[in-house]
Amino acid sequence: MQLDQDTGLSLTIAQIVQRLKGSSLHSQLERQARISLHRPEIKLESLKEDIKEFLKTSAPAEHIKEPLSYMRKSQGSWEKRILKSLNSMCTELSIPLARKRPANEQKELLNKWNEMGTDEPDLSLFRPVYAPKDFLEVLMNLRNPNYDNGDQPSFRNHLGLIQVPLKIKDIPELKDYFSELDLNAGQLGIDDSTQVPPGWLKCTFFAVLAEQDSAAAQQYVRQGCPTALRAELWALILNISNQSEDILYYEQLKSNVVQHDLLVDSLIYKDVKLTASNDDYYFVFEDYLYQVLLCFSRDTSVLEHFTYNSATPPKSYIRGKLGMEEYAVFYPPNVNFKIFILSVAPLCFLYHEPSKLYQIFREMYVRFFFRLHSISSHPSGIVSLCLLFETLLQTHLPQLFYHLGEIGAQPLRIAFKWMVRAFSGYLATDQLLLLWDRVLGYNSLEILAVLAAAVFAFRAVNLMEVTSLAAAEAVLADLSTLKVMPLLQIFLFATVT
Amino acid sequence: MAGKVKWVTDIEKSVLINNFEKRGWIQVSENEDWNFYWMSVQTIRNVFSVETGYRLSDDQIVNHFPNHYELTRKDLMVKNIKRYRKEMEKEGSPVAEKDENGKYLYLDFVPVTFMLPADYNLFVEEFRKNPSSTWIMKPCGKAQGKGIFLINKLSQIKKWSRDSKTSSFVSQSSKEAYVISLYINNPLLIGGKKFDLRLYVLVSTYRPLRCYMYKLGFCRFCTVKYTPSTSELDNMFVHLTNVAIQKHGDDYNHIHGGKWTVSNLRLYLESTRGKEVTNKLFDEIHWIIVQSLKPVMNNDKHCFECYGYDIIIDDKLKPWLIEVNASPSLTSSTANDRILKYNLINDTLNIAVPNGDIPDCKWNKSPPKEALGNYEILYDEEMAQSDASDRDLRSRSGQSIGLKGNRSRDSGKSVLTTWK
Repeated sequence: MQLDQDTGLSLTIAQIVQRLKGSSLHSQLERQARISLHRPEIKLESLKEDIKEFLKTSAPAEHIKEPLSYMRKSQGSWEKRILKSLNSMCTELSIPLARKRPANEQKELLNKWNEMGTDEPDLSLFRPVYAPKDFLEVLMNLRNPNYDNGDQPSFRNHLGLIQVPLKIKDIPELKDYFSELDLNAGQLGIDDSTQVPPGWLKCTFFAVLAEQDSAAAQQYVRQGCPTALRAELWALILNISNQSEDILYYEQLKSNVVQHDLLVDSLIYKDVKLTASNDDYYFVFEDYLYQVLLCFSRDTSVLEHFTYNSATPPKSYIRGKLGMEEYAVFYPPNVNFKIFILSVAPLCFLYHEPSKLYQIFREMYVRFFFRLHSISSHPSGIVSLCLLFETLLQTHLPQLFYHLGEIGAQPLRIAFKWMVRAFSGYLATDQLLLLWDRVLGYNSLEILAVLAAAVFAFRAVNLMEVTSLAAAEAVLADLSTLKVMPLLQIFLFATVT
Repeated sequence: MAGKVKWVTDIEKSVLINNFEKRGWIQVSENEDWNFYWMSVQTIRNVFSVETGYRLSDDQIVNHFPNHYELTRKDLMVKNIKRYRKEMEKEGSPVAEKDENGKYLYLDFVPVTFMLPADYNLFVEEFRKNPSSTWIMKPCGKAQGKGIFLINKLSQIKKWSRDSKTSSFVSQSSKEAYVISLYINNPLLIGGKKFDLRLYVLVSTYRPLRCYMYKLGFCRFCTVKYTPSTSELDNMFVHLTNVAIQKHGDDYNHIHGGKWTVSNLRLYLESTRGKEVTNKLFDEIHWIIVQSLKPVMNNDKHCFECYGYDIIIDDKLKPWLIEVNASPSLTSSTANDRILKYNLINDTLNIAVPNGDIPDCKWNKSPPKEALGNYEILYDEEMAQSDASDRDLRSRSGQSIGLKGNRSRDSGKSVLTTWK
């Protein structure tokens, strides 16, 4: 047993080292290690023990996969449900999940690679695998079997739709956590609209870029990125350099798309047509979206994130090659492509080379976005975000929370779609990018829940007057005029608690 | 104040009428006394024609300048700009400075253009210098992309000229005149598609020149991927951005209508190309608009005009003035478009007819900043002059005498950025 654990551990370490090698983080670590060697308090003899001691006393390492078994179970049955729905669609339409394209079809696809949007196949028979509200339904039914909140619901109970006990931050903790968003700190997204742009911030950014200092970049973008430097800063934070091998890798994925036809392609196609193609901000980039999303569904390196995602990848095999790993194509978990589409589209404003755009999106996905559609107890997971949102509203604006609940317009029913899409498609693009600056800066999606609550607070007066879910939705239908940073600041720092 | 504005219009568009009614103005017929007439370009021609000899009184105002066609007809715009360049050169003005190849440094913003049939020989000469170039033919008197085609061989022109001669003698009037312009075959593409800019510019007076730029301009995208390939020269969905053309394409989207806001363009360019080049591009766009107005000055105090500027940006981020429209379409293609045009008219009226009061053409037409709505001052001659004399004083008392070249450009350009 002990032996097993040890080999498993050293294997993990070897993998981590392998992944680190060649990244800028690796050289930074090495440099820091060399410097530390000369410090008197560091003794080589006891280094191993000292580190062990440090790790023991500090917070436990992030849970690798999901630690709570009831979460794992729910995620499992949710996956089964989706897969069943996919499979039954295949049977119904008698199309395979995956097939090899005949040569002439391959050639045709290659020719129109840059203008796939002009194709108009009949996709009326394809239906979305699930809608956000189906997913919300699942989250609402989550229960912790070990937790008994008693038969008598007391006044202090959580009255929201999410009924699982998870550790979430309260207002003082949020204030502390998001301290860089304080009213006294310079913010891009507020101060740039006044006469003098915060020059100090800009100088810092140039220095950070010159140094290629990823960690510092992450710290500074908490106060927002200047528009012209955002693309570079995000790439630095995400450790994306777009080397020639990355471009080659992208080209390989592209040839995989050309060779094999997947059922998801049609779903992606249909969802792009239904969302981005009709969007005032994103329609321009329609063709880029296919180029990214089709490749993404063939990218086996995405599978690595399942080591820390509570979800498991549904896989499919090329006909006749069942079970042979090299012929596996994985299905993105929870195939609601509208969510994917809306997380790629804003990035099109920053990157115009498809290979770079692709890498940035993939990294954003495996760091952040997967958490928005798998069931987990992670603080950035969608369950925690829902709970955080409802708790903030319930404590901050109890009257509003109660009123909306009474008329059957539970706030989460409206805010869920915003959070699950990280506000993409709802905010104006410049505002969305300012919000995502903070996601990258804090390495957390919690800001989404705070913003959702802030939007409700901002519209509270109007919301108090509505008497139906439809009317509440109408009040909150258009978020495109909102300014993100003032809303967040007012909610977090200017409200008396 | 003394009574309500009496208005007339010969354009039955709800965005206009709703705006008039909102102000409590009274509709009258054109034969009655009126204060405000929103008229089509056909009507303005009659009103100002020598035969009618109609003289506007002090309390009457119309939405066109009598000589608007000097700017808004494709052939005359080019003619006027050419003339203006020559005049500036003669005066030795710094704006007419040329580079070593004989190209104007600051006034080269219209693609090389000739009138046909008048300048046919000049065109042939130019064409032979660069036989692989593509040219665009446009009828002078038509709009919305009608009658436009592309050519890349001289034989096509010859055929066109034969065809139009044989068709009928009656149509040999000035209406059949064409302009032929060098086609910008390296447009800036976004998402692989070509687009042009539609910007609204309001001139409230020419003497002194005072003009405003509407902040909510937009890009109009082609629905089909751009290709400079000559095999697609006949495919107007690739080349022409006019909504009147594009809406007949299979891929036309009725929700956004292929329109993208200028603020989106700015965000995209700043993010992908950087702040400096983006600012330079927009400064240059402002510059060419102001320069295009200078040759067509008019003294009339009874007029204002909202022009629709069409600008194409090439892949080196140089803006080109394509044409100016006198009566930008008030038809709304999408819901957003409808809101935009309603607001455009609203803001235009707030500047042209302050407070909705009966117009008085002696008023100097300088509204307070709060009344501008989505307009921002593009150029104000009076302010420019007082600023210039300010600067003159400063530089005389100061030390900056050198760097003549730089300063001369500045004197024209800085005014654009000073009062934004």
